[in-house]
Amino acid sequence: MPIEILMPALSPTMEEGILAKWLVSEGDEVQSGDILAEIETDKATMEIEAIDEGIVGKILIKAGPENIKINTVIAVLLQDGEAMPNIKTAAPPSPTAPAVEPQPAQPAAPVPVAEPTPSGTRVKASPLAKRLAKQAGLDIATIPGTGTHGRVIKRDIEAALSATSATTSTTTPLATDGFDLIALDGMRKTIAARMTASFRDVPHFPLNVDCRLDALLATRKAINLETADDGIKISVNDFIVRACALALKKVPEANASYTPDGLKLWHNADVCIAVAVDGGLITPVIRAAHAKGLADISSETKDLATRARNRKLKPEEYQGGTFTVSNLGMMGIKSFASIINEPQGCILSIGAGEPRPVVNDGVLGIATVMSVTLTCDHRVVDGAVGARFLAAFKAMIENPGLMLL
Amino acid sequence: MNVTQFDLVIIGSGPGGYVAAIRAAQLGLTVAVVEREELGGVCLNWGCIPTKALLRSAEVFELMGHAEQYGLSCPKPGFDLAKIVKRSRDVAGQLSQGVKFLLKKNKVEVIAGEGRLAKGKDAPMVVVTDKAGKQSNLTAKHVILATGARARTIPALGLEPDGKLIWTAREAMVPDIMPKSLLVIGSGAIGIEFASFYQAFGCKVTLVEMQERILPVEDTEISAFAEKAFAKQGMEILTSAQVKKITKQAGNVQAQILLADGKINKIEAERVILAIGIEANTDDIGLGKLGVKLDRGHVVVDEYSKTNVKGLYAIGDITAPPWLAHKASHEGVICVEKIAGESPHPLNHANIAGCTYCRPQIASVGLSEQAAKDAGVEIRVGKFPFIGNGKAIAMGEAEGFIKTIFDAKTGELLGAHMIGAEVTELIQGFVIGRTLETTEAELLETVFAHPTLSEMMHESVLNAYDRGIHM
Repeated sequence: MPIEILMPALSPTMEEGILAKWLVSEGDEVQSGDILAEIETDKATMEIEAIDEGIVGKILIKAGPENIKINTVIAVLLQDGEAMPNIKTAAPPSPTAPAVEPQPAQPAAPVPVAEPTPSGTRVKASPLAKRLAKQAGLDIATIPGTGTHGRVIKRDIEAALSATSATTSTTTPLATDGFDLIALDGMRKTIAARMTASFRDVPHFPLNVDCRLDALLATRKAINLETADDGIKISVNDFIVRACALALKKVPEANASYTPDGLKLWHNADVCIAVAVDGGLITPVIRAAHAKGLADISSETKDLATRARNRKLKPEEYQGGTFTVSNLGMMGIKSFASIINEPQGCILSIGAGEPRPVVNDGVLGIATVMSVTLTCDHRVVDGAVGARFLAAFKAMIENPGLMLL
Repeated sequence: MNVTQFDLVIIGSGPGGYVAAIRAAQLGLTVAVVEREELGGVCLNWGCIPTKALLRSAEVFELMGHAEQYGLSCPKPGFDLAKIVKRSRDVAGQLSQGVKFLLKKNKVEVIAGEGRLAKGKDAPMVVVTDKAGKQSNLTAKHVILATGARARTIPALGLEPDGKLIWTAREAMVPDIMPKSLLVIGSGAIGIEFASFYQAFGCKVTLVEMQERILPVEDTEISAFAEKAFAKQGMEILTSAQVKKITKQAGNVQAQILLADGKINKIEAERVILAIGIEANTDDIGLGKLGVKLDRGHVVVDEYSKTNVKGLYAIGDITAPPWLAHKASHEGVICVEKIAGESPHPLNHANIAGCTYCRPQIASVGLSEQAAKDAGVEIRVGKFPFIGNGKAIAMGEAEGFIKTIFDAKTGELLGAHMIGAEVTELIQGFVIGRTLETTEAELLETVFAHPTLSEMMHESVLNAYDRGIHM
């Protein structure tokens, strides 16, 4: 019996994904475990494996930037000697009835599949408007139509073009005239949606504190000297993650989320680390970081960051988390305030550790100082709570021995 | 003095006014139309329609002359001018009655008399003076001016009608004699049509055009083809020529014409037809007092025909060009729909076709090749001659061609230009194409019925894309 390949749900919350790439073509023989395609979700790229052997009978959904609903039939795998079933639709099958009635007696028929438009619905547009939009690199689905029955016509494309670039001529593709248009991928859309919602909806405020790093740097140097042979190299960031986790255990009100039902105080300090990846960022989680030593935190961070950059994280590796650390210190940023990573109550922004003038007992001296900023969701973390967290954090950074406790 | 209240009062019942009135009535407005002459205006009574009736007589007469070509015999074709004119008047009369019926059916109040504007509340008040001099006042929320235009005259040069020797279109439409010679001044659609009509009945026609080619609004290739065709029929055509003076003599007229080479040519003709453009009927309707904004004698309006005066609109020939009946009608519909709170689309002037019913016929829509080039557009041009079309040959109408102009980059049909039999009917195909914004792709894909003249439209498009079959 032909086997339908469905758009998989890569996480419980996933509703649609992008078919980034087909790794097989129609007619290819596949074995169980072969990778068929890459699916891009808002956070990661995942591979679809074949669960049976067979021949790729028909690829119903081409790779492209459109979102495909989960459970949509994206391809059909045929067993030896089977003909293509007559699949009428590329819509998700209803769970109760089989969407495909195999009709092996019928000859193989080409399956008509509508070219999905970016918005997923038919766009009313004149042929000329469609061509102009294509030539200009515009998504016609995003252009309001002013023709009969809302049809997109030439003047709408012209209006869209003059809105985007006053100097762009109507027939010159945008890409050659001052900028490149990069299509919004899943990650960019997620960042845009989540950050906009957070910045708009969360009453946030920053708290700033300077931490002296000299003791920590000395400790780190000593540890790394001792562990070099074991391949362990602890970073400043690893100390920071551990300090955060321990400070959260000390000030549990800061390890919290606001929900309409009440304030959630998390038992574990699951610390997310913001990792810049090509085309965006992602926040993999160090689970129960308070219970992990520096070496564990270090190796786990390295692994997560590497796979994040390759977009190979599993959903459970970047979902959840109770607190986030965002570190731009290595990029020379002195101090900054991150946007709350909902539903987390706090996010800590780490600046660069740098030699600065300090006053010791009324005497001017030099110390390595790092400015950190805690952005708090005021609905759950008040100023005093944030301050107590920062005090605990600062104490551990400035006196790393406390992290041994 | 009576005061009557309407939602909408329209002054003028030409193709602008009466169509606007019917549409307004359909949309539930109470409407009155003020008309000083016959219902239907110039178009129906003194323009488009009666001239088409005259030209049909000319066409049949010419065919009779070529009867042998079709295997028929019609030894000595003759005509009765009075009957030709009567037929033309009857056609106009029939259609005027039709408009009367349509207005009645739609419960539009028709008020006979001359309408003038006066200061009003929501909109200017319309004061109607009937033939007996009795006045009545109409008040309305909205007033549409649709008073049209009349033939332009230049009295200083003798270029004004006297009703006898010197005619405008109105006199030329009801001739008492078939003149032996005729001087037609102006080679726009009106001049060309009358030249064509009189030429057909054996009158010696001289056509004078100030610009360097006849039919100056058409594509240059069309003008050139038309000029050749008319010359072949025996018409004398003077281009880059200016009429300096017209002197009336006993029974004929002498015209002094300044030619391109600076020489003065004296031409005598039994009759003269003035076809040197139109003047809007904007004087003596009270525009000055209300401060209605004019531009070169025409009322200035926005895309929904609104003037600068509250509640006052203007459509058709008293506004900006093109001065065509179908433009007036469509403006009327848009204007009224806007008034009624609908959301009509403004008129796209580039999609208004122009038709000239000379022989061969001329029709066009959109940009000429030169205009497209002047606009800096890279173009593809396609052409197809009537001689390559089966239906044209079967009809014995192998004279003419169809030209299409495309934007080379976008495939937009920029313009279509036709000369030849029945092209005034064919042009609609390209008008629809332009209105729907088709590209060459859809036109190439369209299956044209065989055998039809329309197949030439397809071949012209094919030719523009180097895919012509029958050439």
